[in-house]
Amino acid sequence: MTEHDPDALNVAPGQPHDNMLSETVSYVIGLGLALLLTAVSFWVASTSALWGPGVAVGLVVLAIAQMGVHLVFFLHITSGPDNTNNVLALAFGVLIVFLVMIGTIWIMSHMNANMMPGPEITNLQMQH
Amino acid sequence: MTATSEAPAIGLTHGGSEDTGLGHRGPESKSIVVPYGFWLFVLSDMVLFSALFATYASLVGATDGGPTTNQLFDRNLVAVETMALLISSFVCGLAMIAAKRKNMAWTQIWLLVTGALGLVFLSIELFEFGKMIGEGAGPQRSAFLSAFFTLVGCHGAHVTAGLLWLGTMMAQIWAKGFRQDITRRLLCFSVFWHALDIIWVAIFTIVYLIGTLP
Repeated sequence: MTEHDPDALNVAPGQPHDNMLSETVSYVIGLGLALLLTAVSFWVASTSALWGPGVAVGLVVLAIAQMGVHLVFFLHITSGPDNTNNVLALAFGVLIVFLVMIGTIWIMSHMNANMMPGPEITNLQMQH
Repeated sequence: MTATSEAPAIGLTHGGSEDTGLGHRGPESKSIVVPYGFWLFVLSDMVLFSALFATYASLVGATDGGPTTNQLFDRNLVAVETMALLISSFVCGLAMIAAKRKNMAWTQIWLLVTGALGLVFLSIELFEFGKMIGEGAGPQRSAFLSAFFTLVGCHGAHVTAGLLWLGTMMAQIWAKGFRQDITRRLLCFSVFWHALDIIWVAIFTIVYLIGTLP
């Protein structure tokens, strides 16, 4: 494997850097942050100290933050110029993921609302 | 060739820099192109999972009078699964550091730990599935459970494939050493393994934690 070239146009995703200590430290920081965010997620989900309706949103935000930690510290996706191709591909992937998820949830919830049958059937189908 | 004749033809300049980034240096080496192509595959895999997540979110309330998320899921088990997969991902990174230094012993040890933690994760997941099916909460019970088993089962199938790949990589490194092509494959494996952990973050949040809110 070639040594890291400062003039390189591209770097592969997941490729460790050169300095062993800084590289290990990067993984350790990533693990620490991920553990912290996971612990906070489980705490937020269990506690009654927080405003109930906001908890689900908070959990999603924590999850997105943890995904960011994984991308930066484990997959080494950075904002550097040698990472442009990786970041652009990631941005396109994220765009499609959000379009599919938000689009589906939005449309399907409206269809559910429009097709709401009587309350006795609703109770069978809806959880709450 | 003068600058004036070249610039309009390309249509893009980088402020007088010699390097336009438009490929005059030729294609990148395989050690860049192969992991990049694999990165594209991983991203398309995430798009596949986004469709399964969207399906799950649409059907999570369609329990047909059967068990609901709150009755089925056990947070303690999920916490152990999450720890196992997260530490597995971290140890996989350590294996990559050792592999880059061509250190056979530590590469194999860290990969073994990675696989063992992956097995722990998979065993707990299978135990959970078996318990649910035993209680009559199998995938055929309701639309919610169909969506649940598809989403979480698809992730479990990925982990299974990853474990098989991991075993293959350990054997290849052992038999063929740290050749360029083997190292490339190992890098692709680590990208795959980290990506599985990213998807698990979404699963434990959306399926298990939000599903067991009081």
